[in-house]
Amino acid sequence: MSEPLHTVALHTVYVPRDAAALSVGADETAAAIRAEATRRGIPLRIVRNGSRGMLWLETLVEVETPEGRVAYGPVMAEDVAGLFDAGFLEGADHALAHGLTEKIPYFARQERLTFARCGIIDPLSVEDYRLHGGFRGLERALAMTPAEIVTEVTDSGLRGRGGAGFPTGIKWNTVLNAQADQKYICCNADEGDSGTFADRMIMEGDPFCLIEGMTIAAIAVGATEGYIYIRSEYPHAVATMREAIRLAYDEKWLGDEIHGTGHRFHLDVRVGAGAYICGEETSMLESLEGKRGTVRAKPPLPALEGLFGKPTVVNNVLSLTSVPIILDRGADYYRDFGVGRSRGTLAFQLAGNIKHGGIVEKAFGVTLHELLYEFGGGTITGRPIRAVQAGGPLGAYLPPSLFDLPKDYEAFAAVEAMVGHGGIVVFDDSVDMARQARFAMEFCAAESCGKCTPCRIGAVRGVEVMDRIIAGEKVATNITLLNDLCEVMTDGSLCAMGGMTPIPVRSALKHFPEDFTRSPAAVAAE
Amino acid sequence: MNARSPWSEDRATAVIAANRHLRGALLPMLHALQEEFGCIDEEAIPLLARELNLSRADVHGVVSFYHEFRRSRPGRHTIKVCRAEACQSMNADGLIDHIRRRLKVDFHETTADDAFSLEPVFCLGNCALAPAVMVDETLHGRVSPARFDAITASTLATEAAR
Repeated sequence: MSEPLHTVALHTVYVPRDAAALSVGADETAAAIRAEATRRGIPLRIVRNGSRGMLWLETLVEVETPEGRVAYGPVMAEDVAGLFDAGFLEGADHALAHGLTEKIPYFARQERLTFARCGIIDPLSVEDYRLHGGFRGLERALAMTPAEIVTEVTDSGLRGRGGAGFPTGIKWNTVLNAQADQKYICCNADEGDSGTFADRMIMEGDPFCLIEGMTIAAIAVGATEGYIYIRSEYPHAVATMREAIRLAYDEKWLGDEIHGTGHRFHLDVRVGAGAYICGEETSMLESLEGKRGTVRAKPPLPALEGLFGKPTVVNNVLSLTSVPIILDRGADYYRDFGVGRSRGTLAFQLAGNIKHGGIVEKAFGVTLHELLYEFGGGTITGRPIRAVQAGGPLGAYLPPSLFDLPKDYEAFAAVEAMVGHGGIVVFDDSVDMARQARFAMEFCAAESCGKCTPCRIGAVRGVEVMDRIIAGEKVATNITLLNDLCEVMTDGSLCAMGGMTPIPVRSALKHFPEDFTRSPAAVAAE
Repeated sequence: MNARSPWSEDRATAVIAANRHLRGALLPMLHALQEEFGCIDEEAIPLLARELNLSRADVHGVVSFYHEFRRSRPGRHTIKVCRAEACQSMNADGLIDHIRRRLKVDFHETTADDAFSLEPVFCLGNCALAPAVMVDETLHGRVSPARFDAITASTLATEAAR
């Protein structure tokens, strides 16, 4: 929420309004800057931008200078007077100064396509959005036929960024070719995986990008209504998206006549209610229809019988926010990033016990080692990294011997792991992998929708078996039982919740067997 | 601050009617009712069933499916503590032990003075600044036991100043 520009030259200071920045005091920092400027009689414009994604530097305050934006961080309210004294409004040096933001190595080495505007613009300024290339993709799409738009997305090689990696263009083509009186675009913004926050960051930092991507999808497949299903744990994202939608209607980027064309698209936000399973596309559709979020058997595919039984595009936030740049710069431009069949970029999220946690948008092919050490700087506790969980709570735990693996859907699948949503959670050597395996089962038991038995009952049995292993009770027999149970869950579950819960369990057992072979004596001695 | 309005059938009927135009309206209606009254009152179930032409069992099934919907009134403030992996890696379990001792409550309970209800949550999207806690709708990152105590003290101080 920026304040009005005055005609006199005045200093511009950026203070993020992203939830992560707010969680470490960004509002207090902004208030302190405002108060200090008033006290000193300095006219000041404070822009509340999104986050640059260098979260260990939050609150990252930036000052506009002729050379570019200069970064200071982490700035707490009590640091503000000292920054004024040092002359930070002119970009002066200070203990918290990091020079030009875009020259900070963590930021400079990224390849930002989807997050190109995030942290730079005022998220709720249509003018700012347009100044930074916003709506150019949609303008091009408005002049194309639906089939041409779908071809462009197919040719870009974009695969669903929600985790499964299904080609987006193929999904859109199915919906385009379906005959129906009504079609829908549903954005799955139920980002419930631990270690992921990219959806939240872009919804709070560049909400018009999601609106633009969904509108392009709507034109491409002939849909006229859309929903963004956002998890209730993200109140800031919900508020920002709702306000951005209101502004987009005002400026005719949504509604009955999008910018004088015959295209019509109506968009609404719906809020989830704390059920992880609603991140599964068919559960999300049930929830949007006002029902319990239980999974549907497939077929029929949602592309043919989705929301209210109509053909529906279900994509996640990062798939849809990748679409505007594909339409703006062309399929080739996007496809030229990446490796093999993993094209474009992914917003990797460094989380957990990591020194420099945050968003790193890079082309596929970057290794875990580069992400963990060159970007992440190792653990925050200073101890060695023992394991990382990649791709969310249903993703594998990987040991350092696999850190040279390139981030590539196929390369990860080859070692029974997944890139998933790009989330990476780091653990130091104090982690107990048997307890992490137990937690995977506990999480599944708590979050299973209950529709199929392998997931509903299997997870409860899994917790019990893990408890016996942790207690050192008949360990070899119980590990055999655990493996059997994992097989039943993998093969017999209706959806990925039960089907993939064995992945973290088996990977923990495979790569960290020493944590499972406990003797009762050792357990008693603990 | 959690909603404190006492149950009122008229008010509930108005809240439900305000969401009548939505397709798949049950979740938005439940959110609106919980915002108004702090929980989904048992008496709201037949009103919703009648409005949406559902059985009371259907409505009950939806309310009980979602972790977010509560059947009883919470304390004046709700504390959600993240229990997911990223927070675990930064010793969320230790923080949770501290909170349980400090507030003398367990998850899904309310403190004796009715000030705080404690809820577990899987991921608040603040995984790079773990461990994370949300008090009402305010998110807090890098929450140490000492910082937790300061946050709850300031919540109570703000309340007293009102």
